[in-house]
Amino acid sequence: MIAAYLVLLIPLIGIVFFAFAGHRADTGRINVRFNAICLLATVWLAINVLNDGTILSANKAFLIDSFNVYLIVLTAFVGFTTSIFSAPYMAHEKDIGRLTDKRLKLYYSMYQGFMLAMYLVLTTNNMGTMWVAMEGATLATVLLVSLYRTPESIEAAWKYFILCGVGIAQALFGTILLYYAAAQIGDGENALLWSVLYDNTEKLNPEVLEIAFVFLLIGYGTKIGLVPLHNWLPDAHSEGPTPMSAVLSGLLLNDALYAVVRNKMLVDGATHSNMAGYLMMGFGLLSFLVAALFLHRQKDIKRLFSYSSIEHMGLMTFAFGMGGPLATFAALLHMTVHSLTKSAIFVTVGHASQIAGTQSMDKIRGLIKTQPRVGWGLLIGTIAIAGFPPFGVFTSEFLVLLATMHNYPWLAPLLLLGIGIAFAGLFRHIQPMVYGEKPEHQQPIKANLWPVMIHLALVLWLGLAIPGFLAHWFSQATLLISGSAPL
Amino acid sequence: MNIEQQDLYTQAILSLAALVGLTSFLMLGQSRLLRLIFVFAMQGSLLALTAGLAAYSQANHHLYISAVMTLMLKVIFIPWMLRREVIQMNTQRDIETLKNKTLLMLGGASLMVFSYWVLHPIVHTSPAIMLNALAVSLSVVLLGMLLMITHRQAVAHVVGFMSIENGLFFAAIVATNGMPMVVELGIAFDVLVAAVLFGIFFFHIRTSIDSLDVDKLNRLNEVDK
Repeated sequence: MIAAYLVLLIPLIGIVFFAFAGHRADTGRINVRFNAICLLATVWLAINVLNDGTILSANKAFLIDSFNVYLIVLTAFVGFTTSIFSAPYMAHEKDIGRLTDKRLKLYYSMYQGFMLAMYLVLTTNNMGTMWVAMEGATLATVLLVSLYRTPESIEAAWKYFILCGVGIAQALFGTILLYYAAAQIGDGENALLWSVLYDNTEKLNPEVLEIAFVFLLIGYGTKIGLVPLHNWLPDAHSEGPTPMSAVLSGLLLNDALYAVVRNKMLVDGATHSNMAGYLMMGFGLLSFLVAALFLHRQKDIKRLFSYSSIEHMGLMTFAFGMGGPLATFAALLHMTVHSLTKSAIFVTVGHASQIAGTQSMDKIRGLIKTQPRVGWGLLIGTIAIAGFPPFGVFTSEFLVLLATMHNYPWLAPLLLLGIGIAFAGLFRHIQPMVYGEKPEHQQPIKANLWPVMIHLALVLWLGLAIPGFLAHWFSQATLLISGSAPL
Repeated sequence: MNIEQQDLYTQAILSLAALVGLTSFLMLGQSRLLRLIFVFAMQGSLLALTAGLAAYSQANHHLYISAVMTLMLKVIFIPWMLRREVIQMNTQRDIETLKNKTLLMLGGASLMVFSYWVLHPIVHTSPAIMLNALAVSLSVVLLGMLLMITHRQAVAHVVGFMSIENGLFFAAIVATNGMPMVVELGIAFDVLVAAVLFGIFFFHIRTSIDSLDVDKLNRLNEVDK
């Protein structure tokens, strides 16, 4: 349990430290160290869970089980590799005069603040605290979206703030209804604890929970970026600094989906109908298809990949909604591989736009000729996210497709169509950017591509063979969520 | 349900619910910013009163803390901040033209009916007062959204945003006697941070577009220009 407290304590110290000492020249490296220590703490936590099973803290405030433990490690890992990327990236942004010392201080402090909110969403056992942390994640990142202080970035941040704020308020109404249902069966202060609720789902009032789930799905769905609540996402991702886009896409969306699934488990237990599942399937499939179509219309490279994130989150929501062991297993795997791949892509996108000096895709050309590693990184990342074998995204998408063919065969053509459209949408933009002649005065920049290589190697590994301990967690989590073991 | 047969506490809560709903309608039709902020502060004080009343009659002491926090945040701090902003921008005399006020009010009324319809299924299992309280809270939330859609000033958006929070808070007090203390403190903290961030944002928006009219924030869109 000490490990769990450490995971929360380290970013808390980080916030305070950077708020006072964020102007030092080596803050980038210190940020890497904070995240590295945190990663070690999460690995320690993971080993504990692997040995002892589910951990419930003494005051029941924190719960670590097989569903959230791998997400915690994933969060720490992506946070760590992104911080490696962010150090030279932010130094470069400062050199070209886009940022000042004061804003860097804010950036590093809020980076840790965001990490803290993410860990809190994942570790907490209290559905109310989960909401508070989710809102906290918005508040921590909203000033980072407007970090460059351009009119566009301020507009994006305002939109992000208002839409996510109003959206997440719906989730609070859902949580209040959940608490109301729980208070009817007694247990006062403990009534919002997930572990208590989960043991008593049979007694919860199904009518109240059905209404509550609609609000919870809309609320957290705004954060997942489900269509038609997705408007903030491409703006916030494209206008903020690139490391922020990497963690938003890789972590925030996952955690919002995690919150929805936790709530779905309660609602399913109470209602005995698949109402929650159908809602998630509908929203998920709609997001998947709409985002795939929108990929074709993009002009800004970061907007392109934010729509790709919406598409993948839609697919995961769909898979979780479908339920059943196979689809749930696939969705868990897809959460992992998507966040690894997407954060790797955003890192290369950051380098590519620094090389070209713009985010406009019409002006980024000849990346392989200018700096082969960035070019290949972007190309391989795109191949991985588009769902080519042998990468992990292929495996999980294939499993989702299998489950769909098994349960809802008439939806399978729609899925295939969406995957095809998304593939075409990505490659029509990426191909001219990586190949082709380089513009005359385009120079390579100082770039650290280790994070990208490690991420893509992991995705490849997950596509070829899932390591035993991870498969164990996935199976345990599948058992927990869907009620039966996979395969 | 006959209101005279209820105990005094229930009667008081129902009256307060009606008043909170009324303030939401008053805000919806308000075209002067300073008056909008004043009505918002009124709504906040009604909430603080509700929390205090619930704390007293249910002997639930942690609700006193909630009442005090509401009083400080939503009656004093946020209205003060917004008022200062309006006066600094010299917009206190501006009248915002709301298109078709009658339709707006009818829209608001139908949202209220909609809230009752949405929450009607819980009537079988809950006391009748619950339906009223929850439906009024939900309609305050929805009216807050309508307020944000129809007004163009950033200040009005913040008022709408905070009145959504008010609706949620009312639901939490009446339906469940407040959330657990940890959660309530967390929510208050989030509201406080949000209020401070809004203040920072006003400054940024003003320096970037030289006004607080959010219709001018229109650079980012999917349509080719």
